[in-house]
Amino acid sequence: MSLAADLFAGVITGFTRLVTGAQARWIGCGPAAVQRIYFANHASHADFALIWASLPPDLRCRTRPVAGADYWDKGRVRRYIIHEVLRGVLIERAGTVRTRDPIEVIVEALELGDSLIVFPEGTRNLSDEPLLPLKSGLYRVACQRPDVELVPVWMQNLGRVLPKGEIIPVPLLCSINFGVPMRLAAGEAKDAFLGRVRQALLELGASVRPQ
Amino acid sequence: MHTALLAGGILAVLVLASAVGWGLKRWLARGEPHAVIDNLNARVKAWWLMTAVIGLALLAGKGGVIILFAFASFTALREYATLMPTRRADHWVLVLCFFVFIPFQYILIWVEWYGLYSILIPVYAFLAMPVVAAVRGDMRNFMQRAATLQWGLMLAVYCISHVPALLMLDIPGYAGRNAFLLVFLILVVQSSDVLQYVWGKLAGRIKIAPQVSPSKTLEGFAGGVASATLLGASLWWVTPFSFLQAAAVSLMITLAGFLGGLVMSAIKRDLGVKDWGTMIEGHGGMLDRLDSVCFSAPLFFHAVRYGWSQ
Repeated sequence: MSLAADLFAGVITGFTRLVTGAQARWIGCGPAAVQRIYFANHASHADFALIWASLPPDLRCRTRPVAGADYWDKGRVRRYIIHEVLRGVLIERAGTVRTRDPIEVIVEALELGDSLIVFPEGTRNLSDEPLLPLKSGLYRVACQRPDVELVPVWMQNLGRVLPKGEIIPVPLLCSINFGVPMRLAAGEAKDAFLGRVRQALLELGASVRPQ
Repeated sequence: MHTALLAGGILAVLVLASAVGWGLKRWLARGEPHAVIDNLNARVKAWWLMTAVIGLALLAGKGGVIILFAFASFTALREYATLMPTRRADHWVLVLCFFVFIPFQYILIWVEWYGLYSILIPVYAFLAMPVVAAVRGDMRNFMQRAATLQWGLMLAVYCISHVPALLMLDIPGYAGRNAFLLVFLILVVQSSDVLQYVWGKLAGRIKIAPQVSPSKTLEGFAGGVASATLLGASLWWVTPFSFLQAAAVSLMITLAGFLGGLVMSAIKRDLGVKDWGTMIEGHGGMLDRLDSVCFSAPLFFHAVRYGWSQ
């Protein structure tokens, strides 16, 4: 990473911490240097920055976000951020013209030994529901790399800071919660696995809400 | 001279508290982790930090004090709004609270416009907030949402702003010394909290409000209020009060502080949380530290304003 990109990364993480007041809570696992896929709920454009800012620096430089090429490859600033700063893995989402299979791209990135951040909902959740239906990508990646730990991550309140269509963020406190790592069981079917993944996210979310 | 005596006294108490905490950790806990003693030491450490911050703000003068308490209000409202079940339609109400009413309220203290200062929130903000929410057209739990945010603005901004507002008061023969009133208020109310905690830990038996706050005991309450009142009375020489007046005022603000803590505990219990936040280590959030000040500051301000100012 170049010095400029390093500096930029510092600005992004610092700003995100300041606005969200976010605390990282390692509930189900510690910030260990093992290869992982962090899968998280997605409510805001700041989600990447927040997960990324919550990781200790030594893990951060080995963790890459998986992002939609249609959004991030537009414009010089976005391109710079995703390629030079976040070192994102860009995939072509459903509905766009595909030149490569996204699963192939993701598995290739895992071969390099890095951890990844994915949002299995596929897009930002702007509904009143806590979680959108999950895409099957996580299952297909897990089939090819069952050895990689899957860590559920629940981000609380980020959607309230800047709801859909608003311009001014309100400074509510956010939290980012890391759950118990899981893996694809031998012979587990797609629907059963995705159901389990969904359940893990929702339970993590429910456990951090004051009740 | 007064400043040096007061600062020296506060420092001496902090040194003593640190020494006691260190001794307890060394001899009672034998260096092992111990929930109560570790929490006590975290609290003492945070007190050093809070004392330093308040001291620096006082040194910086009126501007420093106003900025410090505006920040306290901002943080307190942030903790409050985070825990409240607001809806998307409340977004503009929140924007208004954070970015209009907080700065406006504190600017009014700076320009010493008492008339507007005292009604900005309870009149104008309280009328404007439900209007903004209604315009958005989401009527679900409307009354509850409107009242929840109004009460938050009241506690976190209106009530807390009465601490720096003490600098506005014009007291004959006391010109230029209003900062002592501020120190007096904070010292008496906060030491009442600390002394209630200490008395409760040492002699607490009978629970005073078991449903609302199981850690509050009758012995802690009585001992804490009595000793903090005594402390306040013994500080009469920095105030415009006589010894007896200082005792009466201290009794009033310590009682208000206790009741404030009780109300804030009830809200936390209703929400199912133990602390408002995590900002101040050992204490919880900003609102956990300021809950008693929220209730005592307006009473103290108006008592002084009615009884001693022009």
